[in-house]
Amino acid sequence: MSILNVTNLSKHFGKLQVLKDINFSMEEGQVVSIIGSSGSGKTTLLRCINMLENANGGKIYLDGKLFIDADSSVKYTPGQLRTKQLSLGLVFQDFNLFPQYNVLENVTLAPRLLAKERSDYKTRKKEILYEIEENAKSILASVGLSEKLESYPCQLSGGQKQRVSIARALALKPRILFFDEPTSALDPELTGEILKVIRQLAAEHITMIIVTHEIDFAYSVSDKVIFMDKGVIAEEGTPDEVLKNPKNPRTQAFLQKLS
Amino acid sequence: MSKFQELFIPVTLSLLEGLGVTFKIFTLTLLFALPLGLIISFGSMSKWAPFKFLNGLHKNGNKLIAIISNFKPISFLIRILVWVIRGTPLMLQLILFGLGPGLIGIKGMNTFVAVMIAFVLNYACYFSEIFRGGIEAVPRGQYEACQVLGMTRTQTFFKVVLLQVVKHIIPPMGNEFITLVKDTALANTIMIYEITWNAKRFMASKHVLWPLFYSGIFYLLFCGILTVIFRQFEKKLSYFD
Repeated sequence: MSILNVTNLSKHFGKLQVLKDINFSMEEGQVVSIIGSSGSGKTTLLRCINMLENANGGKIYLDGKLFIDADSSVKYTPGQLRTKQLSLGLVFQDFNLFPQYNVLENVTLAPRLLAKERSDYKTRKKEILYEIEENAKSILASVGLSEKLESYPCQLSGGQKQRVSIARALALKPRILFFDEPTSALDPELTGEILKVIRQLAAEHITMIIVTHEIDFAYSVSDKVIFMDKGVIAEEGTPDEVLKNPKNPRTQAFLQKLS
Repeated sequence: MSKFQELFIPVTLSLLEGLGVTFKIFTLTLLFALPLGLIISFGSMSKWAPFKFLNGLHKNGNKLIAIISNFKPISFLIRILVWVIRGTPLMLQLILFGLGPGLIGIKGMNTFVAVMIAFVLNYACYFSEIFRGGIEAVPRGQYEACQVLGMTRTQTFFKVVLLQVVKHIIPPMGNEFITLVKDTALANTIMIYEITWNAKRFMASKHVLWPLFYSGIFYLLFCGILTVIFRQFEKKLSYFD
């Protein structure tokens, strides 16, 4: 059974049709890369799945269950939305760390707030908070930030900020982790450290969808590559199929421009 | 003993008494105007548009329907209120609230309460615009990050947005606080015995002008203390940007 199944997804901003009839699915543990020129709709696709934008049509299934039904006019309550959102994680292009919290607090804030809803929170408060902190520390250690727990975002490099933001998303144990151009706001010499972290997560079989411009990286890390153009999936397949032997002339043109 | 030496102690005591009243107006105004200002700022940013359902009807380019469907009544009314309050002199508002009730036959309205209503309303409107600026300065990405992390709107506001807003608004708030200290002097026009009223009292009874200038020192010290406090506060929040 597919972990994610997107069917007939569409989105328009006013008269501008940004996504047209998007269909794709992925399996648990897979890494899917979405490539395409700017304005092709790849970021919007990510934002629709993560409910930062409301799709105008289509359905999304998570673990075989209906996750978003954009065909129905029924609106989700804020509570339902939150529960859904918690099963997905998103890493933004420009980090969006909370500036007033240090690295550790950035990672523990959401889990701590979430823990308050647990029925055993009052009786086991200390233990729960300890677990959350230990979990955050071990995730931060895995992205190489053990030395920076007390630092504030303004004291970090772009690459460090992005690693904190990855740790922050991981701390909630999402079913799928999404990356929206995670290296686009970074200096070229810093992209490597982010790509290394993502590669490491791929080795741990974390299910990921990555919108990226790093073609070489997409080629080496992905199980599947989706090429988007003008709001549609123009081509999809294994990295070899899409990136080395593209059949669609638009994919060929796009890759040619990059090389 | 010269007249100055003779009057110095009584004037000082009288001005100190006035300072107490000034301080009372100042703190009470802040106590009520800060939360009210926050509520007003939320109102001015309200997106509630009850006629939005008409939206589908103006596809043919009917401008009137477009305007009605986008009409946001709460935001509109609040903006009118802010316009009126900021667009007329505080002195006028003090007289309106101080003397107005008597004119339309409402007796026994406490003058101090009237002064407080005028000050709170006036300052809440100014504060609301500062809050609005501060809230709108928080990048959308902060809200989106909270949303994808499953935080509620209340948690987002209190745990993430609020402190960033506070940091943004410290400089303009410092300005308003200092203006308020001096605006309290306007209350003397409707018989509130604050510093300036006490200074003017000596002008009338003893025919001396210096108590008025002397009173300036009290305002100066008050504002000086505020400036120092605000600077400390700003320093305290300088660890993030």
